[in-house]
Amino acid sequence: MVSRVARAIRRGRAEPPTRTVDPRAVAGAVVDPELPMLTLADLGVLRDVRTGAGGTVVVEITPTYTGCPALGVMRADLLHALHSAGFPDVEVRTVLAPPWSTDWITEAGRRALAAAGIAPPGPAPVRPDGPVPLDLGPTRRTAACPLCGSAETEQTSEFGATACTALRRCRACREPFEHLKEL
Amino acid sequence: MAHEETVYDALDLAHGGEGQWAFGTGFDDPLAGVDTTVPDGVDPADLGAYCLMLGDDALVLAQRLTEWITAAPELEEEVALANIALDLLGQARLLLARAGAAGVLGRSRELAGPTIPDEDALACFRDPDEFRCTALVAAPNGDFGRTMVRLLVATTLRLAVLTRLRASRDPVLAALAAKGAHELTYHRDYAARWVLRLGDGTAESSRRAQAGVDDVWPLLADVFSPTDVERRLAAAGVAVDPSGTRAEVTDVLTTVLRRATLRVPPWPADEAPAGRHGRHGPELVDLLSRLQGLARQHPAATW
Repeated sequence: MVSRVARAIRRGRAEPPTRTVDPRAVAGAVVDPELPMLTLADLGVLRDVRTGAGGTVVVEITPTYTGCPALGVMRADLLHALHSAGFPDVEVRTVLAPPWSTDWITEAGRRALAAAGIAPPGPAPVRPDGPVPLDLGPTRRTAACPLCGSAETEQTSEFGATACTALRRCRACREPFEHLKEL
Repeated sequence: MAHEETVYDALDLAHGGEGQWAFGTGFDDPLAGVDTTVPDGVDPADLGAYCLMLGDDALVLAQRLTEWITAAPELEEEVALANIALDLLGQARLLLARAGAAGVLGRSRELAGPTIPDEDALACFRDPDEFRCTALVAAPNGDFGRTMVRLLVATTLRLAVLTRLRASRDPVLAALAAKGAHELTYHRDYAARWVLRLGDGTAESSRRAQAGVDDVWPLLADVFSPTDVERRLAAAGVAVDPSGTRAEVTDVLTTVLRRATLRVPPWPADEAPAGRHGRHGPELVDLLSRLQGLARQHPAATW
């Protein structure tokens, strides 16, 4: 519901609350343009929201994938949502470190993904400090079918319609589904 | 606003609300809010030149991969190649923007005009001899087998560099490398699995994969040879000397080729860097004419 209100405010179809509104709540309710069931807070890309000198709201976001084109949309959506909520001075900054990983997605975000038919990611792979070992086998990643719950699923493509998803198919109910792959 | 509600509404509004916004125009600075101060004791010209080397490798390889769009053997592979290209393009944007922030823009700034962001000016308004990519990434794709072999070699090299670059004294390069290494791990595994599948597949797929290996191997001649810029920056703890990645790269490539039942050709003798100094063959000129054509004919076009 929160995200729907934020979307309505963003579209200029609802009156923004003008007093005692928390910029953190406004920014946190903006949704991801490609995974609109997730707020930016649930996705874990919203690193910080603070009110700086002179009342400027400073928002820090981090990209999921380096080339994800959604970052520009997120930036514009954040500016628009905060402006509409009565914050005229907003600065959206990019933060590159530490890098985003799927472990930053909240529990609520994982439930929202599953409810929308997208299998949430498992734990991100452990990463060595030194050379990255080759993984030549069929991908070991597993994901339960978000539709019927079966664990009997297979990957059809490691890369999906967005940078962060892989394509899978359920052997039990035969339905294809997307999997937000571990990064 | 009469148009339909889409995820791009706010972006459109931010660019005038005329419905003219499109990908490729009006991008924000990818380093907005990032501290791009050059570390103490580092020559900004060196840092910028190094960012161009890594950035141009990513930009040119991304462009090669996108040539498969509408032409790959299966839709899934097209999507995969487009995804890998997008990751590399993202790395290129940050690296070229980093070069621009360090003041390395050359004539591209005058040619592009004042409204074009640094990374676009560098990508679209430099001549071929100003590009710093290696011949490995500039070479034409060839067939799918050669494309996968080249992707395996290029991503193995880049992953080896990025894992080391995570310790760079330049925080922007270190952050970019940490993130890029995660992405490159997917890219390299994808290419390695295809080389395995083709090499250990049918007689025809194996023949083509071997031909791809034999075509790509000579391009390894200058990839381990450091330029003076890389030497200086590596000594300052900012860059990676590519000669230090040789053992890891040859080990990974040998492992994959053996598993794929492909013959490992002799490693070519080291040659002085050519592409890193702007010496390229006609294939880069051809690639850039397509990459840059629209931007050069219609700078700052919107549609």
